[in-house]
Amino acid sequence: MPSIPSYKMDQETKYELLHSMLFIRLVEEKIAEKYSENQMRCPVHLSIGQEAIASGVCAHLSPNDKLISAHRSHAHYLAAGGDLKAMLCELYGKIDGCAKGKGGSMHLIDLEAGLISAVPIVGSSIAIGTGVAWSNRIQKLDGIVAIFLGDGATEEGVFSESLDFAALHDLKVLFVCENNHYSVYTHISERQHSKRSICDIARAHGITSFSAEGNEVVEVYDLTKEALSFMNDNACPVLVEFSTFRWREHCGPNWDDDLGYRKDGELKNWMDKCSIKSLRDNLGISDTRYLNLVNELNEMILDAFKHAESSQFPNESELVSDVYA
Amino acid sequence: MSRIINFNEAILEATEEILTNHSNSIIVGLGVPDPKGIFGTTLGLTEKYGSNRVYDMPTAENAMTGIAIGAAINGLRPIMTHQRVEFSLLGIEQLINQAAKWHYMTGGKSRVPLVIRLIVGRGWGQGPQHSQFLEPIFAHVPGLKVLCPSSAYEAKGLLWSAFNDDNPVIFFEHRWLHSTKSIVPETPYSLPIGKCNIVEEGTDFTLVSYSYGLTECRKIAKILKSFDIHPEIVDIRSLRPIDHQTIIESVKKTGRLLCIDNGWSHMNIAAEIISNVVTETFKSLKSPPQRIGIADVPIPSTRSLANLVYPSLKDIAHKIETIMERKIFPDQFSFPENQDVPDQSFTGPF
Repeated sequence: MPSIPSYKMDQETKYELLHSMLFIRLVEEKIAEKYSENQMRCPVHLSIGQEAIASGVCAHLSPNDKLISAHRSHAHYLAAGGDLKAMLCELYGKIDGCAKGKGGSMHLIDLEAGLISAVPIVGSSIAIGTGVAWSNRIQKLDGIVAIFLGDGATEEGVFSESLDFAALHDLKVLFVCENNHYSVYTHISERQHSKRSICDIARAHGITSFSAEGNEVVEVYDLTKEALSFMNDNACPVLVEFSTFRWREHCGPNWDDDLGYRKDGELKNWMDKCSIKSLRDNLGISDTRYLNLVNELNEMILDAFKHAESSQFPNESELVSDVYA
Repeated sequence: MSRIINFNEAILEATEEILTNHSNSIIVGLGVPDPKGIFGTTLGLTEKYGSNRVYDMPTAENAMTGIAIGAAINGLRPIMTHQRVEFSLLGIEQLINQAAKWHYMTGGKSRVPLVIRLIVGRGWGQGPQHSQFLEPIFAHVPGLKVLCPSSAYEAKGLLWSAFNDDNPVIFFEHRWLHSTKSIVPETPYSLPIGKCNIVEEGTDFTLVSYSYGLTECRKIAKILKSFDIHPEIVDIRSLRPIDHQTIIESVKKTGRLLCIDNGWSHMNIAAEIISNVVTETFKSLKSPPQRIGIADVPIPSTRSLANLVYPSLKDIAHKIETIMERKIFPDQFSFPENQDVPDQSFTGPF
């Protein structure tokens, strides 16, 4: 296994990563804030606390690359460059939504940004993404496929089945496991044996795998760079596992630590490891510059919300269109 | 030019034509390249088209169904095969949640041109998990199309139609049809999806079925001729979309309806047909429509019990007397009994 070199990241890249993470954070905080207006009437799975992985991985995706996501997909959509207005319209159920309001938050798609789709049936997207990589290979198309999955998805049989196929056919798949330790309210220790290692499962299928701290965006960025260079040198799939934590409830806009399903202090420990705060400190950005960035992003975000709120609902004819191609 | 070939040869021929004419077509299935070649339907394809077009697969129907979907949304047109319907159940999440919804839930941005060939078993002790006809499960779901060829002619034409369609299409092949013969054109052709075929015109009653059921229809129609009774035989061919209109028009003419189903009667295709006929043309009915399906039990292996599962010609004859509201067959009339093989040449093993 190759060693992970410590990349000397330039300030500009760091700033871009900060921008990406902060953008996702502010969009989702605004969704959380406005959710109680009861106009976004679909389940939302917020990524607040987990932004570093989406931003650090997607920073490496080029125009030929593709990604596929699952139920917690906002961060991936935005980090990949998905259209914010189309995403918010989708959450509001409007015709200008990325899926014309027919998918909702759990079915984001932006083909121009490379996002094949997001599907909420845990594990299901892993096979579909693998199939896209397979057809890339058969058709001799360039590009990799990044498949974002959670720790829960690795418990599905389809995960192992897809690893096998990706390895068997030397597919350029980057399996990105965001291990946030919880499947809804159930801790990983209640679902997986303590000796079970997600990286080792990949290795057992002949797939090289790496893991890193998922709340350190520089680590995520560097490891992904290394993983992709290994993939391109060896024409093979790679799995990367990042440890992280979701701050808010599994589904919905609220904080839910009061439910007591997480250990005392666990949330605080992870919030102390906030990827945005640590990169901001590392960059040494002045308060004024940071606030200017926040205000600039918020202005754009508010504008997108206004667009979504004033956009039209699909008309009746949309009910029966798109059932068949 | 046409000539007489077997159903399985018709499938193979259509597949070869597809591979020849469409460079984005691929074939995938467990055993596709093996020496048996999916009951002769994929024999020689690997040798002719190469392992970059014709694939065996891991025993992983769940992921493989998703992988086929992924390949389809990214420019390929896969034909996937399972040697029995039951194996596809491991991938049904992908078919019902993903493939069937894909075009709709992406707001029409993405499509899944995918054919899934599912083979239905019967007889030779296939038993509870190798002989189920589960077509209503698939036909229930909007976004899927479901085809059921009843002859070699339909098999070739409908496989082409399935391939040309930009949606996920489930293609049912009854194992007992593989060795049946019919006239098949040598050149490529397709048949309309969602259109019934009137196999035989008649006036006395409408006899509706699909897939292997048509074989039973033809047998009973032959017997009925000697009693000067002429059913109009309708082959549904496509369970979704379904052509209710042709059936309704036929019932308007005959006033009587019998549906022969290949599976369990509870919640089946015949129920759907009868429901529509009753709703749309109740007043043209001269007698209550009837349906006949298989016994409402898991299908046992032993032929002594399995032969009781499937409706016999005698059972069908009784249903015909019910809808005709009169006795037709003399008490001593001898109907052929159910066998556990389609013909004496069939010796399994599956």
